[in-house]
Amino acid sequence: MAMYNDKVMDHFTNPHNVGEFDNPDGEGTYGSPVCGDMMKISILVDANDVITDAKFKTFGCGSAIASSSVATDMIIGKTVEEALEVTNKMVLDELGGLPPIKIHCSVLADHAIKSAIYDYAQKHGKTYAGLEGFDPNAPEDEDEHAIPEELN
Amino acid sequence: MEKRQVYLDYGATTPVKKEVLDAMIPYFTEHFGNPSSLYTQGQEAKHAIDIAREQVAALIGAEPREIFFTGTGSEADNWAIIETALANQKKGKHIITSTIEHHAILHTGDYLETLGFEVTYIGVDSDGFIKLDELEAAIRPDTTIISIMYANNEIGTIEPIEKIAAIAKKHGIAFHTDAVQALGNLHIDVKKLGVDLLSMSAHKIYGPKGVGALYIRKGYQLPTHIHGGGQENRKRAGTENLAGIVGFGKAAELARENLVEHIEQERHLRDYFIEQVLQQIDDVQVNGSLESRLPGNVNITFKYIEGEALLLFLDMKGIAISTGSACSSASLTPSHVLTAIGVPVEQIHGSIRVSIGDFTTKEDLDYTIEALKESVAKLRNISSVSSSSGW
Ligand SMILES: Cc1ncc(COP(=O)(O)O)c(C=O)c1O
Repeated sequence: MAMYNDKVMDHFTNPHNVGEFDNPDGEGTYGSPVCGDMMKISILVDANDVITDAKFKTFGCGSAIASSSVATDMIIGKTVEEALEVTNKMVLDELGGLPPIKIHCSVLADHAIKSAIYDYAQKHGKTYAGLEGFDPNAPEDEDEHAIPEELN
Repeated sequence: MEKRQVYLDYGATTPVKKEVLDAMIPYFTEHFGNPSSLYTQGQEAKHAIDIAREQVAALIGAEPREIFFTGTGSEADNWAIIETALANQKKGKHIITSTIEHHAILHTGDYLETLGFEVTYIGVDSDGFIKLDELEAAIRPDTTIISIMYANNEIGTIEPIEKIAAIAKKHGIAFHTDAVQALGNLHIDVKKLGVDLLSMSAHKIYGPKGVGALYIRKGYQLPTHIHGGGQENRKRAGTENLAGIVGFGKAAELARENLVEHIEQERHLRDYFIEQVLQQIDDVQVNGSLESRLPGNVNITFKYIEGEALLLFLDMKGIAISTGSACSSASLTPSHVLTAIGVPVEQIHGSIRVSIGDFTTKEDLDYTIEALKESVAKLRNISSVSSSSGW
């Protein structure tokens, strides 16, 4: 019995899009090492507002890494507007589900994407409906957090 | 490297040794009698329990009648603390324990707080040693019991129990120690230690799960904890876990016979492992005392990565270890033990416990070190924090 499904394990062991760009068009971070997970997403955007490439760096557990991998896959090739529509639920579905205590990790991904796009929008003087009310510095959700494992 | 199965979580539980299992089997089938029955089968069963009681007593230098079998180590902890607290309410409702206890003690303290008791938690230094001056200062006229663990399950620190027991005695306060991790891993002599109560568990010493024992010093008045039949000298009712108790006895006997060798071998392997990890992997920190430590315990932090991810990589390579905290958050405290010794929270997330046991070989450790090197490098490559970027 494994804790994660095959798809999650696949993305965790062979994550796609790991890394950073020398000159990203947008870059966003969400979470913190103190909280146990921190995800950084960088994007390259072309003149047509299409995300041509995305990379991530994540400090975190298996599901945080798998969510990052899937989330970056999902936004590559999408327009910025489309990428902003990627929700936590879509990341979760793409992963084929996560154990309940890990759902928090997929929330991280949709937040990190928005942060990267926010950065892009700021730098390029753009506004997007999907960013309305988004605060990249909002504190992490306290809701769906994992329960620490106890040592015997 | 060829994949192997490497179990390095002996601190969580141990496999039942063949000799132990062999000793147990007949008590499920042939000698299944109820130890309370008066005919031969019953008396044979009773005799088997008597032998087991002697074997467990011998491991800690107790008299057999001072050993009371329980369902688990947790039960022994609950019994010792709760019944002592309830029995001494006239004297007071104050209890002292430490910040690094197992949850079997900490949550028992929480429970007693709901009943109006007050609990003081003594802190530890960066090696995990109880602050004795803090302990002395916490003692009050209404303190009825002090409970300090013998050896810590996460970082392996062995507490100066003899000194702590002497402090309790000087103030006329009952003293309990949770020796679940210490049992079979160091020489224990309850008479020399001067403890009133000591908790044990079979599954940490190559015995079966679901059997424990409480040592109750002769003359110490601890009320009955399970009411019912006359088992365990009327203190813990219920038909005995016969085969389990026989297994605990056998495991205790083996532990006593092999003690010196066992300690020597584990310590040797542990020191080798620590040395190799420190040599071969950067940004690593060993948590807990290096001197007064359980022979098989290693607790290490791999900076800039998260422990559960590391656990998964190792699991895929057939290696079983444990972490101090899962993918958690600021709202929930990760490992109370590592927090207590002052490990920064972000580093606690990258901490693992490797616990070595009787079936561990040097080859297992070499394989694990290779796997660690590879997995740590892989995770650091993915990580958004690094030694150059900092936390
Ligand atoms: C220090 C300590 N105390 C108590 C326990 C509980 O023992 P048991 O599993 O037998 O309830 C454990 C292990 O689980 C332990 O490590």
